[in-house]
Amino acid sequence: MTPRVLDVLVVGGGATGAALLRDLSMRGARCLLVDKGDFGTGTSGRNHGLLHSGARYVVKDEISALQCARENAVLSRVAAPAIEPTGGLFVATPDDPPDYADGFAAACARAGVACREIEPAEALRREPALRPDLRRAFAVSDGAIDPWALIELNLRSAVHYGGEALAYHRLVGLQLANGRIVGAELADVRSGSTFRVAPRMVVNAAGPWAGRVAALAGAEVTLTLGKGALIVLDRRPVDSVVARCHPPSDGDALVPVHTVAILGTSSVTVHDPDRYAISPAEIAHLMALGDQLVPSFSASRVLRAYAGVRPLYLPRLDELQPRERAGLAADPAAAEALAAGRIDSRRLTRAHRVLDHGPRDGIANLVSIVGGKLTTCRLMAEETADTVAAKLGLGTPCRTADEPMGGADGGRPYWLGHRLAEREVAGGGDADLVCECELVSAGDIERFLDERWPCSLDDLRRGTRLGMGPCQGAFCTFRAAARVGERAGGRAATATGERGLLVAAGGPSPVEIGRVADGPEPPEPGDGPIGPALVDAALVGFLEERFRGVRPVAWGRQLQEAWFEAGVYLGVLGVDALVVDGQRPCLPEDGRAEL
Amino acid sequence: MTPGAQPYLPPAAAPPLPAAGAAVIGLDVVRLAGFTADACLKCNVCNTVCPVARVTDRFPGPKYVGPQAQRFRSDQARSPQSARPQRVPRSPVTPLSLLEPPARPGGPGRQTAPRPLSPDLTVDWCSGCGFCTRACPAGVEIAEINSRARAVLRVQNAAPRLAGVPLRRRPLRDWALGQTDLLGRLGVPLAPLANAFLGSRRLRSLVQAVAGIHRDAPVPRFAGRTFRAAWRRAGHPLPRPGAAVSVGADGRFPRPDRAVVYFHGCAANYQEPRVAESVVAVLARNGLETIVPDQVCCGLPLISNGYYAEARRKATRNIASLAEWAAAGYRIVTASTSCGHTLKAEYRTMLDLDDPAARSVAGATWDIMEFLADLHESGRLDTQFGSLAGPGGTARPLLYHAPCQLRSQGIGLPALDLLALVPGLEPIDLDHDCCGVAGTYGLKEEKYEVAMAVGAGLFDKIRAVDPARAPAAACDSETCRWQIERATGRPTLHPVEFLAEAYRAAAPSGQRPADGPGPSVDDRPADARGAPPEPGSTASA
Repeated sequence: MTPRVLDVLVVGGGATGAALLRDLSMRGARCLLVDKGDFGTGTSGRNHGLLHSGARYVVKDEISALQCARENAVLSRVAAPAIEPTGGLFVATPDDPPDYADGFAAACARAGVACREIEPAEALRREPALRPDLRRAFAVSDGAIDPWALIELNLRSAVHYGGEALAYHRLVGLQLANGRIVGAELADVRSGSTFRVAPRMVVNAAGPWAGRVAALAGAEVTLTLGKGALIVLDRRPVDSVVARCHPPSDGDALVPVHTVAILGTSSVTVHDPDRYAISPAEIAHLMALGDQLVPSFSASRVLRAYAGVRPLYLPRLDELQPRERAGLAADPAAAEALAAGRIDSRRLTRAHRVLDHGPRDGIANLVSIVGGKLTTCRLMAEETADTVAAKLGLGTPCRTADEPMGGADGGRPYWLGHRLAEREVAGGGDADLVCECELVSAGDIERFLDERWPCSLDDLRRGTRLGMGPCQGAFCTFRAAARVGERAGGRAATATGERGLLVAAGGPSPVEIGRVADGPEPPEPGDGPIGPALVDAALVGFLEERFRGVRPVAWGRQLQEAWFEAGVYLGVLGVDALVVDGQRPCLPEDGRAEL
Repeated sequence: MTPGAQPYLPPAAAPPLPAAGAAVIGLDVVRLAGFTADACLKCNVCNTVCPVARVTDRFPGPKYVGPQAQRFRSDQARSPQSARPQRVPRSPVTPLSLLEPPARPGGPGRQTAPRPLSPDLTVDWCSGCGFCTRACPAGVEIAEINSRARAVLRVQNAAPRLAGVPLRRRPLRDWALGQTDLLGRLGVPLAPLANAFLGSRRLRSLVQAVAGIHRDAPVPRFAGRTFRAAWRRAGHPLPRPGAAVSVGADGRFPRPDRAVVYFHGCAANYQEPRVAESVVAVLARNGLETIVPDQVCCGLPLISNGYYAEARRKATRNIASLAEWAAAGYRIVTASTSCGHTLKAEYRTMLDLDDPAARSVAGATWDIMEFLADLHESGRLDTQFGSLAGPGGTARPLLYHAPCQLRSQGIGLPALDLLALVPGLEPIDLDHDCCGVAGTYGLKEEKYEVAMAVGAGLFDKIRAVDPARAPAAACDSETCRWQIERATGRPTLHPVEFLAEAYRAAAPSGQRPADGPGPSVDDRPADARGAPPEPGSTASA
């Protein structure tokens, strides 16, 4: 089969990749986005969900601060439904250096980051759960952002403009000829089938995996991977983003996102973006930091912990900007390292970089976008698309900052009460709820499955918040698995590849938004196990995934809930007897659980 | 003072009263009712005990509107104390307008138009009986969470809609139903007229049309004279706040071991002075004088109808008056389970009044039946009751309903034990959860049918017993009595009225129990007297 010709292949379906697909599609390029998993499962989906005002960076990293301040306003306008304009408070506690607040206020004024000092008493009226002995408080424009909703908005818009996106498709190889990439081989990770495309340009937006993607083309991209662990509270002790008014460090922001609040992060350097764990010490550290902001923090119910990896780009010496060089020279340790030909990454800007591998590595049609933040994903996409468009000879300018996503009026911003109010005006009640905690109805599930089937319950979770509430799947997993079973309808199905990922033979083609005209053939009905095995795989995969996050925080109420859940799934349903992919489930159980 | 007897709360041990207006800064949020939602394991026990969800689909049940919905309420949407009326255009209000985000004081440049505070609607169908709170194995104060959410819902000025249909909101009615004091003060002087008015079906239909109070709902008759007026006329003092300090030296009031402080509440003052008279008589029979302190409505009807700020003013005044008596070592008794539960628990759980004065009042408050049962347990109750047997000496069944607010107090069913002491009476626990009225819930036009359905099983049990055998029923709560009476036609009295009647039926100089030390007040500290009140229900008024 002749490889399909594309203008741009975007590798990495995170916030930046999705924004890039939209940007380039709006400019008229024929683009395909691929991700080796579901969209938003890497760094984009594993952070605070904090829409920065820029205040966090004003003191040390003015470039990032300015970018955040600008993009905050832009995203609030164009991606309103994914954003809750909570407002933010920077609070100085007695545990914070008193002089930082003065410098902070001055730096905000200098950088043009909106900031207004308020009386500590006013801050406490606004957020009564904060510690009562606040020294100072500053109101800023921080907000909360749902990365999956943001990605979804971008992808829908991109599809509208002709873009295509494939989840669960891994880039397995790049063919080069004469300093150009001439072909890309993509593998459907669930069926194992592969196909080739011939892109005129390839953009590497793979986040922490950017080094590996670049390596497929023989280029070297060095990243410092900073793991950040976060903990999720059952509810929102604060309705504003609350941050410590001190130099950026661990656990300095508490973000109300949807029904929960997220505190983070820790910061530990790791080497493999696919393998990292959360240590008990990290959790203890974060809990203590939480108490410094909200005295009731450690008495609250903690739902789970998770971690993401910040891909910080380590530039080559010749890529250092003069400003960065000056910054490094100003710090004795960093200067010493620099003299020895090394770069101290802590002193670098968090701002992103667009790497044109043409001049850099002699690969004319490869561009990487590295570094950056969720808040600036649109800007990162814009700058990358500018570079790509220039190479493709597209004259159309970027319009992503002007055209709202989600309806003519740009949609309404997220409101915490939205889901409940929507149910209530329709009569209320929980009769048709699949997930009671997050008010996900059977209709919501079916709508998602209509578009995305076949998919795992974890994909359903990102799309609907299934299982993200206090019970962490105790009551919704079996209900949702039944829906998946009905969807499979007894058709031949196999459960292969990564645990919890499903392939239903004979069903619609694999997860996609938009269609690839001559993409992979739908898998043939095979000899694999039928319906029930698929339900088993869905059930076990989701239970394992939910439990992984509960394990680090299994104490108090959440431990009680875990036992309740164990009663449901092990005691009543006997899930521990299921064999999926030749393995017994890894669930809390006598002798095997490490609770 | 009886030799050896000590005041049970010596003044020296009483906690100091806080300075007026002392603010509680840095609330310990974990202790607030709303945050007990954290503990919900979603086990559904609350749904299985809810009397309202049992009879109507309009109420989705305590789990859904309680801990589950709580996570979708912002701080403002769950705290009536901080909720302020929002100016939302009255008309037209589309369902979508409810979905817009509420205004946040927010960061600079984040001002949005004012929006409704509350995402709720169906929580309005919660009657506040409190069964869910008592049943919850994890300690979630579900009924309290619901009460707060209802209050915030009512603060909104826009009429909410359910499935596109505007819900009739009756701010004036709901406010008026909370004004038991005011209604009583107006109604008593005009009692004949007011009672004739309330007795006229045609006029009640008019009231239903105009004010939204169901024409068949139980509404009590006003007494010709308030209990307080009769008390003053009989030459008893009605001490003002601060009077308690005159205990002892000037001899104006008996010492705490010879008297108790009586919180009569509204019903016994304006509608049923006979209950108050029975309380006084039963206490007197046991050698205890009654002190009637300064008091206003406990505030429960206001809490139930969403008027938290006004309830708080009433509560503050009651606490100021009662705390002095509590500090002087007096016990406070009440024959209204609604008032009792409010004083014991709701000032803290609903109104966030958790200062030492409020706590000392809560600790000193006893339900009258609880108090008498405690006297009996220590052998100090005069048990020389006359017989209340029917003709021919046959024992009369006495059908007893335990009201929700009593159950929320966690003191068992003391009336059953006490009534069993009366010869010729055979108290029978009707063992039904809720009569349905839940204070003012069942009076409301739109809730009446639900309330009647909730109580249907109870009414059937009463109707099944021949009135000739059981001419009267008993219940500790006034609103439940009126509901039962209205629904079944069976006269329903407070248990203390039967005790007073039984004392009257005995020889006028009832013998004190031979083995007891004579009646005096329990001298044990409050925490040794048995179960503390549960963080009880919103149990209505």
